[in-house]
Amino acid sequence: MSEQPMRPATPMLRQIAEHRSLLQRFMGVSKEWKGFALLLLGGLGLSNLAIAYVVIDGRLDGQWYDIRDLGNVTQHLRSWMQDEGFHPAVPYLTTALLGALGILSVVGGWLLIGSWVERRVLAKFQIRQGPNRTGPFGLFQPIADAVKLMQKEVVIPRVADKFLYYAPPVIIFIPAILGWGPVPWAGKMSFLDLNVGVLYTIAISSLGVLGVFLAGWSSNNHYSLLGAMRTVAMMVSYEIPISLALLAVVLLTGSMQLSTIVAWQANYNAWLIFLLPFAAFTFLFASTAEINRTPNDIGEAESEIVAGFYTEYSGMKAGLFMGVELGNAILVGAMMATFFLGGYTMFGLETWIPGYLILAAKIGAVYFLFVWLRGTLPRFRLDQLMGYAWKFLIPLSVVQVLLVAVEASIFARWETPALFPLAAFALLNLGLTVEMVRRWAHALGYAPEVAQQQPVMATAIGGLKAAQKMRGG
Amino acid sequence: MILAFFALSGLTVASALLVFVARNLLHALAFLVLSFLGMAGLFLTLSADFIGVAQVLIYAGSISVLMVFAVMLTPLASRNNGSTLYVIPAMLAAGGLASLIGFVAIDTEWDERKGEALGVSDFTTTVAGIGDLLLGRYLLAFEVASVLLLFALLGAIVLVQERRRAGEEA
Repeated sequence: MSEQPMRPATPMLRQIAEHRSLLQRFMGVSKEWKGFALLLLGGLGLSNLAIAYVVIDGRLDGQWYDIRDLGNVTQHLRSWMQDEGFHPAVPYLTTALLGALGILSVVGGWLLIGSWVERRVLAKFQIRQGPNRTGPFGLFQPIADAVKLMQKEVVIPRVADKFLYYAPPVIIFIPAILGWGPVPWAGKMSFLDLNVGVLYTIAISSLGVLGVFLAGWSSNNHYSLLGAMRTVAMMVSYEIPISLALLAVVLLTGSMQLSTIVAWQANYNAWLIFLLPFAAFTFLFASTAEINRTPNDIGEAESEIVAGFYTEYSGMKAGLFMGVELGNAILVGAMMATFFLGGYTMFGLETWIPGYLILAAKIGAVYFLFVWLRGTLPRFRLDQLMGYAWKFLIPLSVVQVLLVAVEASIFARWETPALFPLAAFALLNLGLTVEMVRRWAHALGYAPEVAQQQPVMATAIGGLKAAQKMRGG
Repeated sequence: MILAFFALSGLTVASALLVFVARNLLHALAFLVLSFLGMAGLFLTLSADFIGVAQVLIYAGSISVLMVFAVMLTPLASRNNGSTLYVIPAMLAAGGLASLIGFVAIDTEWDERKGEALGVSDFTTTVAGIGDLLLGRYLLAFEVASVLLLFALLGAIVLVQERRRAGEEA
């Protein structure tokens, strides 16, 4: 290969060449700072040892200052209020308000930094910087955006149905907050630990459809209505695979209570994603359709129908729709973590680290996956997406439900250690899933083509040959 | 509890009334969904969690979407929902139904408990019981309903299938 001529050093290339890694930057600091850092690390280690002593000793369990589970605080508060002889409604009202405040602060805090996180991570995928001018690391960008959106002139179409035009930004926010109810953040930390938690989740996710439709219809705009119809069709279709995937989870764990599902996974040290890989994939993919994210964001595909169902909304009204998307993304992350990734447990780590931090880390991981998908995959076409749900996900999910029903009945009758059947199920399900997906995709004509050895486009325009000639190959 | 009951029933009744009063069909639909949600809340206060959630899932989530599509696909659906003579028999039927339900509710001996007598243990989960009954005593009804739904699905597919004309291939 001949020598490539050196490219001229542009400022950006020079910047990249001069960029030092974290370790190099650390080695460059002065002796005093290194000593200080060592001292800090030693202090942290000592305090961790103290914490470890207290945790192993068990004298922390259930105390009100046991912050591994904030449910302890409310529990003590409630029993204190009962001892003091308050009206029986007061403790319940207080703890309910505290829990609601917690959920709202999670969602609200995410709305504050979520768009910054998404844009920064997406920028890394596209090899650029992302917002980095407003405040440190561009952290104030979402606030600036919100201020901009709020002071924008709100344009309301003259022919819009006023009553139904104002309602949807609010309606659509309700499920995004209500959905957090049954999520267990730690052993005692779930706001609404319903017996029918799984059904509740599905019911809440089906409420968003109406807000989307009303938004599209009341705007009196073709693009809005088209986007709304697309979104409604998509959400209604993808509710079925979600329900079937969760049905498999419920069959295996034998409970519809979210905290019991998490406890099951912690008890057997087996995340359900290992046992039910296809259900996990179905849930993840269908959720991206349900919450309008790439690769399934055809409801608001900006290159096709402007902004879909909220085309006619401006100012903070549009901002609310975007905020709902952010909020829904972490809600789905929490659901995914709870159902398939062991929730707040992490193979025993939850006795050392607060469960809510583990759950938050898992939510972050799922969210990162969402951003990754957004940075990687192109958008599906409407018919492809609907066909994928009806022809591919639903039949395979039905087969999987039958399979899991058999496995669950075997598991219920099994007496020796649970490791053997679970390992067998994991291997069997993985193998069957791969084989099933391959065969069914082949039968539908989705079979992947044999990888092209040469880029078709470059060959067609003679680009590759020209390039090879230039290189003397 | 009393507060929740009155708030929820007020919401349900008021939005049901607005369904009746609203001139626009889609406005009526929005109020109908609100009324469904109020009903679900009432079921929840009665600690019938399964029925409450099913109310949200089926009525507020699915039936409303079905109605939206029905309204969209019906010509003249967005017209003014003016007063017709059908109001009179409808009022009569609704009044009869309301008085029937009211009579039954007053006539029934309710096992009423208050305060201390109302223990937490009285509220057991309803899901397991419903499941046992559905797959045990009422298995036939359950299966008949499933077959009915299957036929409805097949019928819908047959209805919307594109018919190929004779002599036209694929």
